[in-house]
Amino acid sequence: MLQSRIIPCLLIHNNGLVKTVKFSARKYVGDPLNAVKIFNEKKVDELIVLDIDATVKGEGPNYKLIKNIAAECRMPLCYGGGVRTVEDAKKILQLGVEKIAISAALIASPGLVTELANQLGSQSVVAVLDVKKRFLSNKYDIYTRNGTKKMDVELESLIPKLEDLGIGELVLNSIDKDGTMLGYDRTLISKVRKMTTVPLTVLGGAGTLGDISSIIKEYRVIGVAAGSLFVFKGKFKAVLINYPSDVQKINMINSSNEMSEDVHV
Amino acid sequence: MIGILDYGLGNILAFKNIYKKLNVPAKIITEVSDLDGVTKLILPGVGAFDHAMTLFNNSGLREKVEKLVLDQHVPILGICVGLQILFLSSEEGEMPGLGWLEGHVKKILVAKDQQFQALPHMGWNSVVQVKENPIFNDISQGSPFYFLHSYYVVVEDSTLIVATADYTDSFACVVNDKNIYGVQCHPEKSHDVGIQFLKNFAGLG
Repeated sequence: MLQSRIIPCLLIHNNGLVKTVKFSARKYVGDPLNAVKIFNEKKVDELIVLDIDATVKGEGPNYKLIKNIAAECRMPLCYGGGVRTVEDAKKILQLGVEKIAISAALIASPGLVTELANQLGSQSVVAVLDVKKRFLSNKYDIYTRNGTKKMDVELESLIPKLEDLGIGELVLNSIDKDGTMLGYDRTLISKVRKMTTVPLTVLGGAGTLGDISSIIKEYRVIGVAAGSLFVFKGKFKAVLINYPSDVQKINMINSSNEMSEDVHV
Repeated sequence: MIGILDYGLGNILAFKNIYKKLNVPAKIITEVSDLDGVTKLILPGVGAFDHAMTLFNNSGLREKVEKLVLDQHVPILGICVGLQILFLSSEEGEMPGLGWLEGHVKKILVAKDQQFQALPHMGWNSVVQVKENPIFNDISQGSPFYFLHSYYVVVEDSTLIVATADYTDSFACVVNDKNIYGVQCHPEKSHDVGIQFLKNFAGLG
């Protein structure tokens, strides 16, 4: 049976790893290659690496760093940040990355998704949507450039369109929940799950393994990603790379909903 | 010496690194002269069928690789799209495949309203061995491997199927005909079991 994927999401800033809270308050959490080595040992299901400088600084992808990360990775890798053209994406796949995440370019170059799907295959094309709840409303807005620029498009119209254009996965990132460790935005997830049938990965808010476990139980097959949970330990958020063991994973998937909030790694 | 065919697709470095770790000599093949002394071949692949065929046809390697595989019976392992192009054709594209194995590549059928079985088939799934084969030495029955694909092969001669996986329906995951091997999932991204699989390929007699 296909299993849900439990995925650490790492953010790159100035060649180091950082973790944010609501897309700001960047905290340095270590060296990317060292983190990948530890995640290898822990046999993580998959890894998402997002370069949060690449688009904003206009520098494009840091190919050297991607190459080093990909060479180290013994699990599937999804890279995002600064990918603007099919050529960028091809170059990254050749470095040993399985999936390319695009966000800003989804709107900036509407033809890009189709071109990527045709040339790389849909399975390698991932759309990342950073979303934020609209003030005093049930609607959500989509942002790019690290949450600073609001896209002029509705979630409800964009998501089915992305599916038609040929994306192979949707990563849904809640800006409001980012780094809070207070749990996923379940309203948002439920809303988006109904809009598309492409594989969905949710990100933003995981504070305990119980948070992940309850999403898996509700949706059965889903990607559940987290940043803070897998790089911090304890109430003072000491940096410690961690990930559930095989036994913990089995319990997370199989146990009943009794798993309390204080289940820690 | 294992030759990893670099025709512009797939995770060349991941294979190189795994074999380095295993102390198995391996090199990246970009031109015909690199093939000297190679005793096994890996044909990686990530991407669309026609794109893979175009790149392989244009790589200048095809003729020599066909000689090695079909005449000299050098073992070859096709991975993901590298498996699919071993067959005659694919619903994903217009171009003929290499046709070294009889069969066709089809799209996985998924009901539009079945949200638990979306495409692509992405993630860790059990690989069920249906036939004895040294490629599975020291790998437990049902071990999870990483999958990332929307197409699968329908093998003409089902006795060539060594292992299957199940997604909406059971499909061929590992096939073997004499010196030709193919695998739909990604051993290079499947942690310990994947490394063992690649070690087994390297150790084939």
